[in-house]
Amino acid sequence: MEFLEKLILGISDGGIYAMIALGYTMVYGIAKMLNFAHGDVIMVGGYSILIFFNTTGLGFAYEATGIRGTIFASLIALVVSVIVCTLLGIVIEKLAYKPLRGSSPLAVLITAIGVSMLLQSIAQLYRKGSNAVPIYQFKPTGIFDITMATVFTLGMSIVVMFSLTMFVKRSKTGRAMIAVSEDKGAAQLMGINVNNIIMITFAIGSALAALAGFCSLATGSSFVQPGYGSMPGIKAFTAAVIGGIGSIPGAMLGGILLGIIENLCMLNDTLANYKDAIEFSILIIVLLIKPAGLLGKKRREKV
Amino acid sequence: MMKKVLSTFKSIKWKHYSVYLIIAVAVAILGYLSLSLDGKASRAFDTYRSLLGDMSIWIILAVSLSLVVGFLGELSLGHAGFMSVGAYLGAVITNVLIANLKIENTFVIIVVSVFVGGVSAAACGFIVGLPALRLKGDYLAIVTLAFGEIVRVIFKNANPNIFGGAGGLQLKNYFTIDRKYFFIIGFLFVILTIAVIQNTIRSKHGRAITAIRDNEIAAKATGINVTKYKLMGFVISAAFAGIAGVLMTLKDGTVLYSKFDYNYSIEILVIVVLGGMGINGSVIAAVFISLLNWKLTDMNGSLSDYKNLIYALILILLIIYRNAPALKGFREKYNFRTLWAMVFKPKHNPAKDKGDAVRWDVVPTKIEMNEVLSTDVVIDSTGDNSADIGERGGNK
Amino acid sequence: MNIKEKFVDFFKAHFKKAPKHKRVDIESEYVLETKELGITFGGLKAAQDVNLKIKKNEIYGLIGPNGAGKTTVFNLLTGVYQPTTGAFYLNGKDLTGLRQDKINQMGFARTFQNIRLFNNMTVVRNVMVGLSNQPEYKCSLFESIFRLPRHFKTEKAMRKRAKELLDIFGLLDERNNLACNLPYGKQRKLEIARALATNPKLLLLDEPAAGMNPNETEDLVNTIKYIRDNFDMTILLIEHDMKFVSGLCDRITVLNFGTVLTEGKTKEALNNPEVIKAYIGG
Repeated sequence: MEFLEKLILGISDGGIYAMIALGYTMVYGIAKMLNFAHGDVIMVGGYSILIFFNTTGLGFAYEATGIRGTIFASLIALVVSVIVCTLLGIVIEKLAYKPLRGSSPLAVLITAIGVSMLLQSIAQLYRKGSNAVPIYQFKPTGIFDITMATVFTLGMSIVVMFSLTMFVKRSKTGRAMIAVSEDKGAAQLMGINVNNIIMITFAIGSALAALAGFCSLATGSSFVQPGYGSMPGIKAFTAAVIGGIGSIPGAMLGGILLGIIENLCMLNDTLANYKDAIEFSILIIVLLIKPAGLLGKKRREKV
Repeated sequence: MMKKVLSTFKSIKWKHYSVYLIIAVAVAILGYLSLSLDGKASRAFDTYRSLLGDMSIWIILAVSLSLVVGFLGELSLGHAGFMSVGAYLGAVITNVLIANLKIENTFVIIVVSVFVGGVSAAACGFIVGLPALRLKGDYLAIVTLAFGEIVRVIFKNANPNIFGGAGGLQLKNYFTIDRKYFFIIGFLFVILTIAVIQNTIRSKHGRAITAIRDNEIAAKATGINVTKYKLMGFVISAAFAGIAGVLMTLKDGTVLYSKFDYNYSIEILVIVVLGGMGINGSVIAAVFISLLNWKLTDMNGSLSDYKNLIYALILILLIIYRNAPALKGFREKYNFRTLWAMVFKPKHNPAKDKGDAVRWDVVPTKIEMNEVLSTDVVIDSTGDNSADIGERGGNK
Repeated sequence: MNIKEKFVDFFKAHFKKAPKHKRVDIESEYVLETKELGITFGGLKAAQDVNLKIKKNEIYGLIGPNGAGKTTVFNLLTGVYQPTTGAFYLNGKDLTGLRQDKINQMGFARTFQNIRLFNNMTVVRNVMVGLSNQPEYKCSLFESIFRLPRHFKTEKAMRKRAKELLDIFGLLDERNNLACNLPYGKQRKLEIARALATNPKLLLLDEPAAGMNPNETEDLVNTIKYIRDNFDMTILLIEHDMKFVSGLCDRITVLNFGTVLTEGKTKEALNNPEVIKAYIGG
């Protein structure tokens, strides 16, 4: 029974990882860069929920508004954080990455690291230490130890993955994204506005990060601190690489796989201590067997 | 006889040894100051002692990483992992020496712990280097990052009697090296690091390593054993990271796993990239960054809160300035070299002018580095001994 | 199919390597001899039953229309690809399945269709990389790090030899330029010089005259002949320029769709109706 519980929790956590990993993988696929600041966008999402609650005073209005009102407030907070993160993603892309387009990937990588440090230090200036976000802790469902938040996360991640897949496959913009990821120059010649596509990619990735941040605040510990996004960010990046970076189904698969493994490790005390090490070892093993990740395409260098 | 000595003396390329000379002279002066001052002056000097100690460790880390990133062309995000291996195993062996063998001679402790830390880190470098043979670019970067994290988790959970557990590992008898002369020892190791890595680069082995960076397929077809040289690069680099870790342990007297997270690796990488990925550049950047760190931390009151903010902004703006394609014209007009030339007006020497050929701005890595931040390297196009890889001069 | 079988299949697909070729040396009077050399990519037979026999001091041409598998044969011979069938021999010594650098050390050196130099190294150092595997320039890492006398001795000797090679190709004045700054024709020459530095027994040139003007091509013809005579070299080359081939090669093999169309003396093979058909089509 405990196994089943952990499995469900794992899939829900995996959904969160998958949502973050989608941001990494889309940006990598289209802009060919590792967006190290992606994890910190999650943190900004958390902070914007915090600021929203603090300024409106909605967070502690449980007595006044009842459960419906509180859930409603949380959902408004979610919308606010999505909007903030989307704008943030666009601003970062325009200010930090766009000037460097066409220069070396290493320079872009270092800039991304700089942006990550910048976001963290701004959060540090706003409020040091960890801050409780008065997000509504959804009630337990009565089955195992699982809260409604987990169910919400599960549902959310399924909806996100489905709609994103549909968006990329069916919509004009989505197909333009695929074209840009295949060959930027050729896409440009076909009349696609590459700059717009890259901006949209960053916007979508950041919005997904905000969703993931909300879900992880609701399901896990509801405290944000400046380094809040680092570890989930790295884990999600790992998930994206396990799945094959650049591949959207790969990111989903990798994320869910990682979430399940992480939660199954909790069944045993020793394993629980070593869970991070186990996850990263799995990454290394997967890469050694399939150097391009599980669903990644292998590129052969022509001689 | 005298003539022969003189001619040998003349034939030495003094340019090659300028880094060592500068470091040696500076450290000799500072070391003399540190040891001779007493009382209030000595206490006032104390902040410089810790600055210099930190600086020596940063330089070792940056120079050792530049071998992998700049010369082998692979991106490594796990340098702190190697460092932590060295730090922990150095601490363990120090504890064994103090507690079990009752040896508290500083010299013996330094030699033994540096040896053990370096060798164990080198072994880890070998293990991490193995996947490097199959993976490239970003994929290798994530594997090295994963390695760093794995090492951290292992040290946190390993036998607390030996590795100290979650609270970190404390050296027995609160052993530390006196700050008065720690930085002198640190800079001795800096000189050793630079010498070993520089000599490796300026030999046929170093040429093979750079050949792999420039064109792996051609290197294989030219008979270079890519496996061997990639591993060589990783092992040497890891060994010196381990030594830096040991020095850090001996300086602080404790080791804490949480210090060696990936942010630490990234800080080292940032130094190397800012320095232009060569050896001299890494030294200069490490000095600069540790001064900046020290200055920003030292600022009193609320300003210290802004330390990371300023640091991040400087980093972003510097990288954009150095790399943005849009600023290329501006850069070419107002860069260090032209400003230097405007101030000092060197004599125009057509024999030394060979168009683009004399510029050395490009150091690629496997992740398609096209343009880099190298600052100060010009190929000597007149003499026979030209620059090879991001450095002035060659061998004689 | 049960789970166990699936696992076995998975591991077979990812871990099991093709049955290893057992190397057996043969008696051979040829410098290069290949026996039914072939490779398949997926279902595509990129090269099949390629039999080459190249005598010492011969200049041998490998021609064929685009996509005929010429470069694939080169890649097989230099170990970039492992052949799925057949074997190849250098003076009767079986080299099939060796690593690329090993094959180079045994005596095959090649150039590339799209030039592959060490672009950020100077010209002289490009050649010195090629020299570094010669037994006479042996010098361990230890000796280099501690700057023992042998380090200086080998460095000096290598530089001298590299300069000699560059002199032959007229590159001596450019020795301190970066390789990427050389003009195209000189880059080609440098690539040949680097290949020669590895002291090969067989030199494989992949379209050496591509992108050259007639003057440069003629110069190249002379250079190749010079290499054959003065280095006692055997040369296998791919080329599209028929004039170049007929003026230079002693014998040729014509490939089409991965198989040998014909082989023989240059003039006769080129006039073979099938060859003309393959080139012109119809």
